[in-house]
Amino acid sequence: MNINLTLFGQSFSFAVFVLFCMKFVWPAITNAMAERAKKIEEGLAAADRANTDLELAKEKVAQDLKEAKAQAASIIEAANKRANQIVEEAKDTARKEGDRLKIAAQADIEQEVNRAKEDLRKQVSLLALAGAEKILGSTIDAQKNDQLVNNLVAEL
Amino acid sequence: MAGGTQSSTEYIQHHLQNLTYGKLPAGYTRYDGSVVSQDTWTLAHTSQEAADMGFMALHLDTLGWSIALGILFCFVFNFAAKRAHAGVPTGLLNFVEMLVEFVDNNVKDAFHYKNPLVAPLALTIFVWVFLMNLMDLVPVDWLPSLAAYLAGDPHFFFKVVPSTDPNATLGMSFSVFFLILYYSTKEKGLIGFWKELALHPFNHWAFIPVNLFLEIVNLCTKPISLGLRLFGNLYAGEMIFILIAIMYGAGWFLGSLAGVLQWAWAVFHILVIALQAFVFMVLTVVYLSMAHEVDEH
Repeated sequence: MNINLTLFGQSFSFAVFVLFCMKFVWPAITNAMAERAKKIEEGLAAADRANTDLELAKEKVAQDLKEAKAQAASIIEAANKRANQIVEEAKDTARKEGDRLKIAAQADIEQEVNRAKEDLRKQVSLLALAGAEKILGSTIDAQKNDQLVNNLVAEL
Repeated sequence: MAGGTQSSTEYIQHHLQNLTYGKLPAGYTRYDGSVVSQDTWTLAHTSQEAADMGFMALHLDTLGWSIALGILFCFVFNFAAKRAHAGVPTGLLNFVEMLVEFVDNNVKDAFHYKNPLVAPLALTIFVWVFLMNLMDLVPVDWLPSLAAYLAGDPHFFFKVVPSTDPNATLGMSFSVFFLILYYSTKEKGLIGFWKELALHPFNHWAFIPVNLFLEIVNLCTKPISLGLRLFGNLYAGEMIFILIAIMYGAGWFLGSLAGVLQWAWAVFHILVIALQAFVFMVLTVVYLSMAHEVDEH
């Protein structure tokens, strides 16, 4: 337990170890730790940002969805309206066409009736003339006949 | 117990003697009766020889173990530092970072100045002193017996705990003292430093001699108390381990009691070795902080 040169040997090795630690150990480790702390901080900030981004995106999606629904509803409404309109138009056209066809048919019928009446009148007057000839027993003058017939026709 | 031929006193004395390599003066009569013809550097064979070598001697065991442990510290921490990265730390790096952060927090609490030396100094002290103290937990006879076997000399001196040698602890505390003087002078200026010594604790010119006496004593007790505290604690712990080891040779009952005692004391000693390393570190940081403190008046 004597005090001797060991004292200086110990001091010297102490100095060497402290210098080594100061130069090669401490800075490397504390730098790595500081860098990690920074990275973690950045990571947390990024996570926060991502969270707010997510919230915003969710809001936007909800908004878009609402708009799309509204749009779809309006489109359906317009389509319904248009369909009704088309149906109405078709009905209208059909009715008009029906009317037209009816009028045409009626005109045809009238024409036929008139022609038949005309024929009938002629035949009736011929019959009347023939009856009259038989009754009178002589032929009636053709001219007079015609006149007669015409008169009859006109009277009928 | 090393050798049945030793008495307990011899056993204890043998365990407390360092492996000393030093200079024997010309005309010195050695342990075997031979006379040294001229100044010789040699290994001391008895405690008397080691004492007679005076100041010109080295404790090879203290230096060897402390330097080996210091190199272990540097190697392990440098290994980790080279692999330090900002990713997820694992294994050794995790452990080293834990220690670095622990030391860094302590330094930040006690030392509020900018000095790149203090934190690495504190880390080195903490780990190195802890490792030196840790050697105390190795059963007292293992390494000395191994060394004696390797040296082929049953009386080979070999102490394995550097911090039970006052040279080691005082060597470190005087280095710290040197740093205290250096930073006091650097931060306060030579005049400022002397003014602080002269005008404390009584700030009056008439008290200057009293102040100087008190403050210089106060200053000089710092390294001595720092070194002797560590030495005293570890020396006492070592002594108790040696006393317990003596009991192994005293029959099966005392022998097994010694086993239990050794285990109990080792468990308690784990606290002591860590605490003493921590105290040495914290006091060093506090002293250096005081050295940086520039007074207002």
